[in-house]
Amino acid sequence: MTEGADSARLRRGTIASVALLVVFLAGWQWGPGALGIPSFIVPPLSTVAAEFVRAWQVYHLPLHTGVTVAEVLAGFILGSLLGALVGYLLGMSPTAELALSPYILALQIAPKVAFAPLFILWMGFTVYPKILVAILIVFFPVMVNVLTAVRNVDPDLINLARAFKASRAQIFWRIEFPSSMPPMFAGLRIGSTLAVVGVVVGELVGGNLGLGYLLTFGEGQANTPMVFVSIVMLTLVGGIAYVAVILVERRVLHYLPARGVERNI
Amino acid sequence: MPVVRLEYRNVTMRFADAKGGALTAVRGVSFSIRDAEVVSLIGPTGCGKSTLLNIGSGLATPSEGAAFVDGRQVAGPNAQVAFMLQKDLLLPWRTVAENVMFGVEIQGLPVKERQRRAATLLANFKLAEFSGHYPHQLSGGMRQRVALARTLAVDPHVLLLDEPFSAVDAQTRMVLQHDLAQTLKQANKTALLITHDLAEAVTLSDRVLVMSRRPGTIINEIAIELAQRENPMARRRDARFGDYVAQLMDRLDIAHTDIADAALERETETAT
Repeated sequence: MTEGADSARLRRGTIASVALLVVFLAGWQWGPGALGIPSFIVPPLSTVAAEFVRAWQVYHLPLHTGVTVAEVLAGFILGSLLGALVGYLLGMSPTAELALSPYILALQIAPKVAFAPLFILWMGFTVYPKILVAILIVFFPVMVNVLTAVRNVDPDLINLARAFKASRAQIFWRIEFPSSMPPMFAGLRIGSTLAVVGVVVGELVGGNLGLGYLLTFGEGQANTPMVFVSIVMLTLVGGIAYVAVILVERRVLHYLPARGVERNI
Repeated sequence: MPVVRLEYRNVTMRFADAKGGALTAVRGVSFSIRDAEVVSLIGPTGCGKSTLLNIGSGLATPSEGAAFVDGRQVAGPNAQVAFMLQKDLLLPWRTVAENVMFGVEIQGLPVKERQRRAATLLANFKLAEFSGHYPHQLSGGMRQRVALARTLAVDPHVLLLDEPFSAVDAQTRMVLQHDLAQTLKQANKTALLITHDLAEAVTLSDRVLVMSRRPGTIINEIAIELAQRENPMARRRDARFGDYVAQLMDRLDIAHTDIADAALERETETAT
């Protein structure tokens, strides 16, 4: 009976969501004209769509998108791996965590995007500074979640494994590692959207490739529709990254009650 | 003379307390459990019952004295002893069968043998059809039964049970007690059962040891001379059942203990 109620709620929610999208797109198309907002402030939907086609054909939109996607992927994967690795190491060594925590905290408080100009000074107008900013920004949510997860493993579970004469490695791979999966995926979700932010800031600061560059290029020409196209594409890239993480999460955390995962989307 | 499976010789355990002083949890505890005997340990909250269990399973080393399993001093976790707690400690990412195999997997038994043991135990506990389920899909009673199967899968000589059924409802508890009693009898296992439930102690065991308040010592020992240890329901119906429970109540001094005091003590323990 709850299943029927759930699916009915889901259907109503979906219909409302689609209706909202239609209203939004219609508002975008005819709203600015109706309110007397000039096209160079808020270009209507059709203008942005036309600019999208033009950017695709003339301004190498696929190339810029591809570069941004590659940087996001590289930054996200490397940042997550590094964050998880450090999270596990610190989680297993309270002494190391105690020694390093003030520095980690300082680095966590420092706005990571502010490092972008510095990295460009170091590495020039290449893809590397962008990837580095993304790594730095993805690192923290993943590390903190993994660290907390390893710390919060029920000590009785560890004792159970120890009573069966488990080795340190067995305790890690059979208990600590799988226990850390749900919080780690929470960190990865946050990281997937932050990776886009890191890359864009890097591209805004310097270089001549990527959607962030296209954004500043459009701004320099006072080409508002191109700025809109870039923002839409960036949102799309972030959205796809986020959904990809959720799809992997569903596979990995399949043993959890389904509602728990679904509800968090 | 019957073989002694588990023995505590003059065990004392001290912990450092928060103020830097020493806190004696148990003092001079000595007792032994014979092969296939089931002994219950009762006593007020915080009397060090669980400490004794940790010492027996090799997870803690006593400050003085020692525990012996099959005549050998316990120096660390060993394959002869398995424990089970109030919490089922099932791993949510493993299926029921995989959870049952957890111990034998760590001990490195061949895959075929692990699967055989899990299948046999799950069939015994009427859980065969749930072997592919995940723990969250089971009721509390079923989960606790899976935990018992996991404990038995390593085929230990001695089972240490720390209030294994105190988290389930009264009816489920009776069913689980029946399962445990049957299993212990059929497999001829030796067990030390920690419980707060006096009726549980009487229904399940051959002997009951009564501990004092902290620092915990054994102050009394009562042999339960009721028939059919494998049948808790029959024992509960025995006319002498109530006498034994009353006797334990007297020994525990429950009637004279200030109730507020006991409640406060329990609160302090959960807070720490």
